[in-house]
Amino acid sequence: MAEKYKEQAVIICQEDISYGVYSMWLKTDRIAGLAKPGQFLSVYCPDGSRLLPRPISICEIDQADRALRIVYRVVGKGTEDLSQMQKGESLQIVGPLGNGFPLKEKKAFLIGGGIGIPPLLQLAKELNCEKQLILGYRDSLFLEKEFKKHGSLYVATEDGSYGTEGNVLDAIRENGLEAEIIYACGPTPMLRAVKGYAQKKNIECWVSLEERMACGIGACLGCVCKSREKDSHTNVNNKRICKDGPVFRAGEVEF
Amino acid sequence: MINTKVNLAGVILKNPVMTASGTFGSGAEYAEFVNLNQLGAVVTKGVASVPWEGNPTPRIAEVYGGMLNAVGLQNPGIDRFVERDIPFLAKYDTKIMVNVCGRTTEDYCEVVERLADQPVDLLEINISCPNVKEGGIAFGQDPKAVEEITQEVKKVAKQPVVMKLSPNVTSIGEMAKAAEAGGADVISLINTLTGMKIDIHKRAFALANRTGGLSGPAIHPVAVRMVYEAAHAVKIPIIGMGGIASAEDAIEMILAGATAIAVGTANFYNPTATIEIAGGIREYMEQYGIQDIQELVGAVG
Repeated sequence: MAEKYKEQAVIICQEDISYGVYSMWLKTDRIAGLAKPGQFLSVYCPDGSRLLPRPISICEIDQADRALRIVYRVVGKGTEDLSQMQKGESLQIVGPLGNGFPLKEKKAFLIGGGIGIPPLLQLAKELNCEKQLILGYRDSLFLEKEFKKHGSLYVATEDGSYGTEGNVLDAIRENGLEAEIIYACGPTPMLRAVKGYAQKKNIECWVSLEERMACGIGACLGCVCKSREKDSHTNVNNKRICKDGPVFRAGEVEF
Repeated sequence: MINTKVNLAGVILKNPVMTASGTFGSGAEYAEFVNLNQLGAVVTKGVASVPWEGNPTPRIAEVYGGMLNAVGLQNPGIDRFVERDIPFLAKYDTKIMVNVCGRTTEDYCEVVERLADQPVDLLEINISCPNVKEGGIAFGQDPKAVEEITQEVKKVAKQPVVMKLSPNVTSIGEMAKAAEAGGADVISLINTLTGMKIDIHKRAFALANRTGGLSGPAIHPVAVRMVYEAAHAVKIPIIGMGGIASAEDAIEMILAGATAIAVGTANFYNPTATIEIAGGIREYMEQYGIQDIQELVGAVG
């Protein structure tokens, strides 16, 4: 069993890095020392009327300073409350949760869309291979300068304001890119398109999924996805995104 | 010496704190946060005669002070449960209550018979799940059906039978009496209240199932009232649940008439809630000089 802990983490800093997108560094006791790229945290809201954890991916891990970075978008009242929190305040987190990305030494695409981009940053830092970082945004960019340090960066924007006009696959085609393995996180339509691309090109493909969660640790069966084969734990064709994922081989799951 | 032991139909729990079915799996995931030996009992997620896939997603929606779920009783089936989950729980010094679900009376009885020779202490019969089309709540909203299924289960059960009642009824007292008349050893209540959430931006239901069961602190006063009414309607012991998140909530439920209590949704936002509540009950007893927890059961009213 992978170790996980409930902790009161202290906010080291928080800043608004794009429209409605916030970056927060948290000082943790044990979680940072265990975390791997692609894992996530259950982050609890300061207001007790909002009960459920917000599953937020880990963007960066600083094991030496026992700190974790999360980058999240304000999508409702819970994340809005989080965005108002200040340096020095503490919040309850549980983690590290989920399986994380496998680290393979193959020529790779790291494909991120929107708020699916942040978990790829730690992956980009840890992967030891030729990395092509393909990031898709609606309009305004974030984290792109930090990604650039870890590989060749290609950007797509829906409005064409930066890089390729269109989506991440348009950027791959426009730049004539090739890879042996794909790691992807982003909105479901993007993941479906990436899965289709990987199948056509016969490339190994790993996707990080999301779903509404309650417990975050695999007990409640709230966040399942359909699996191609019967899952050994659930004994039906459902896998738990929080526990068996969030990273899956694209061909194993339906989304 | 403070006594926190409670007696449910001859089964002695070291303290009144149980887990609410469906919120705790079979304990394995929470064992990483909680010493299961410190719980009165672990109550497993509902298990049926065969594996169930459950409902489509989204299955979860948050609402003010609570949450809706429509998991739909996904479970691995009794065979897998018996070979994996029971041996896991049997390693701990806690009582095991298995929640049983089914679509027909025969389904329930089949699971109950399979459990007859298992190291299981109590059976909880789920006739109150609002998220499945057949079985579940269909049995729990008609007193005659409650009495009949209780009788049928009692005929084959080797362990004490706990009937889990739905709050989605006009008179909880009538349902409690029906379960008692059918031979129930214990009743547990409340299951979730049927609710609905609409996403105004997508103009769509938040849950794929459209409706779901409301749980969490928002339902606690409803649960206290219903436990109180049930306690005044029957003589058999009651396991009280519904929005318990603290020792104070648990004590309130006990004062209303519950012999034991179960912690459900609180596990999701505080994985150590169960043991904190067990500790808090003991502190409350010390603070007020209560020697035996039995002095508190139904002490109000």
